[in-house]
Amino acid sequence: MDLEDQANVNRLAETSGTDDMVVLLGQPDANSAGLFAETVTRGDPTWAGPLAGVPLGLPVYHVLEPEIKEQMDGDLYDEHVGLMELSADVDEIIKWVAVCRD
Amino acid sequence: MNPLGPTPAILHASYVLAHAPDLVRYGSKPVREIGRDPSLLPQVTGSLRPWDEVVAYPPNQVFIGNLVPDDLASIPRPWYENRIDPAGSEGPFGRMVTQPALYGLMKLCDDFDLLAIDGELADQAGADLADFDHRRGRITGVDPAELRAMAEASNGLDLHQDGRRAGFIRTVHDQDESLSASVLLENLVCKATAVLAVSDLLRRARLAAGEIDYLLNCGEEAVGDRYQRGGGSLSKAVGEVVGCVNATGSDVKAFCSAPVHALIAAGAMVAAGVHRYVVVLGGGSQAKLGMKFGAHLRSGVPVMEDCLASMAFLVGPTGADGDGMGLRLDLAGKHPIGAGSSPKAVYEALVVEPLVRAGLRMTDIDRYAVEMHNPEITEPGGSGDVPKTNYRTLAAMAVLRREIERGDMDRFVAERGMPGFAPTQGHIPAGVPYLGHALEAMRHGSLDRAMIVAKGSLFLGRMTQLVDGVSFVVERPGSRPS
Repeated sequence: MDLEDQANVNRLAETSGTDDMVVLLGQPDANSAGLFAETVTRGDPTWAGPLAGVPLGLPVYHVLEPEIKEQMDGDLYDEHVGLMELSADVDEIIKWVAVCRD
Repeated sequence: MNPLGPTPAILHASYVLAHAPDLVRYGSKPVREIGRDPSLLPQVTGSLRPWDEVVAYPPNQVFIGNLVPDDLASIPRPWYENRIDPAGSEGPFGRMVTQPALYGLMKLCDDFDLLAIDGELADQAGADLADFDHRRGRITGVDPAELRAMAEASNGLDLHQDGRRAGFIRTVHDQDESLSASVLLENLVCKATAVLAVSDLLRRARLAAGEIDYLLNCGEEAVGDRYQRGGGSLSKAVGEVVGCVNATGSDVKAFCSAPVHALIAAGAMVAAGVHRYVVVLGGGSQAKLGMKFGAHLRSGVPVMEDCLASMAFLVGPTGADGDGMGLRLDLAGKHPIGAGSSPKAVYEALVVEPLVRAGLRMTDIDRYAVEMHNPEITEPGGSGDVPKTNYRTLAAMAVLRREIERGDMDRFVAERGMPGFAPTQGHIPAGVPYLGHALEAMRHGSLDRAMIVAKGSLFLGRMTQLVDGVSFVVERPGSRPS
């Protein structure tokens, strides 16, 4: 997760609190989805950004997870996510995001 | 194809890797991080690879053409441990040069005495640069005491070789950031590496520099002073050093997709009869050296962003001997402003639309070249395997279009894609690293048609949220049924 995104997440957490905050990821592979999920839960594992050593513990989901998909308009989902749903290793992505979330 | 003018072709390609371990510390990311924590510098320098390991690194051997991308697919990872032996620094369409040669190139490109190097380095550099007899006299050294005095009297940056201060680049104007030593260093290495690529290109093409009519630079440097930062042109500056006395030139700026924009423009110039020979060139990106060094250190892998990359392409009329590969301007693709930025919208515009326009299917393209970033460099930082993701997306498009079955996606990726082998040098990886391989394969008759697809992150400049993209198809002469 780049430093600007980390700073934005950190700022929102500090100014608005984390009670009503959910992070939604869209990375196309398990490795980067896992790294991003870890960043917003346990802190930046690369120790490079504002979330280094900041375990926000935010609930984090991937856009490919069924509980996210079922809340979205079907046509819009197909337009923006359909191609990734077909091309990505969905099970692996969900597994790694869930590991961080749980 | 074009009854009004010559059919344009990409006639030759050249790629250069300049080993620059002592410039890694001045990459944008390292310079900021080392400034905050100086203890990082010895960690960085201790994780850099020596010259022989850089030469033997399999992706680098693919970049200059000694291996084909399919060879790389069969070499187990990590590639930095599975080096090629023996490995040469010269390939069929490229070469690697040492850091002393790079410093020497910078010195012979230095028209304003921005740079001083010591005598020992000048001697090392001169031996490697036989192509530049008309300028080699500029590679002169100063004695270490003079270098020390210069560094003490001026603002600027020390340049290192073999653990010693071996050079110095000065700030020209203390109140003009665009003429600071760090920006001038970026511009000078870009010019120097582009000069070597163009020189190498013409040598391989056996074409006199005076035959070139026009130069199109597509590098990512920002030449200019404070009143026109980024507005300047590097193309003519490069052509001057190489000796293209009959050429003028201009620069095409479009982030990573600039080389493909430039090649389409070059082809159009040739087809329209405006110019006979056009060179598209792009120099290396100093800012991106060591960009992911933090992730590399933490992962215990070498700091692999240790080379500046450059490239040059000769575009001209298809020769009577059928040499080169046809540039199908009728199959040029673009991502229009109104197309939307979802992956589906981007690939519809760049890949599907031009093919459908010509009555072709995705499976009529033998190979696709997308962003060819080396995954070994990008994965430790969480950026994933960029080419693999792109090829999977292309395969998914083919499924949606009912050209292949879902179960055939892996085969589509294996047959029409390739592993990433390009250094993460901005505009360099965007499809065009495959052009040298495509030329060789078409000369041998093993490839009929390839599509080059480039995307650019326009949003990085904070002036628009848009992405960009362009594409074209290259074709083996005579491969189309008449």
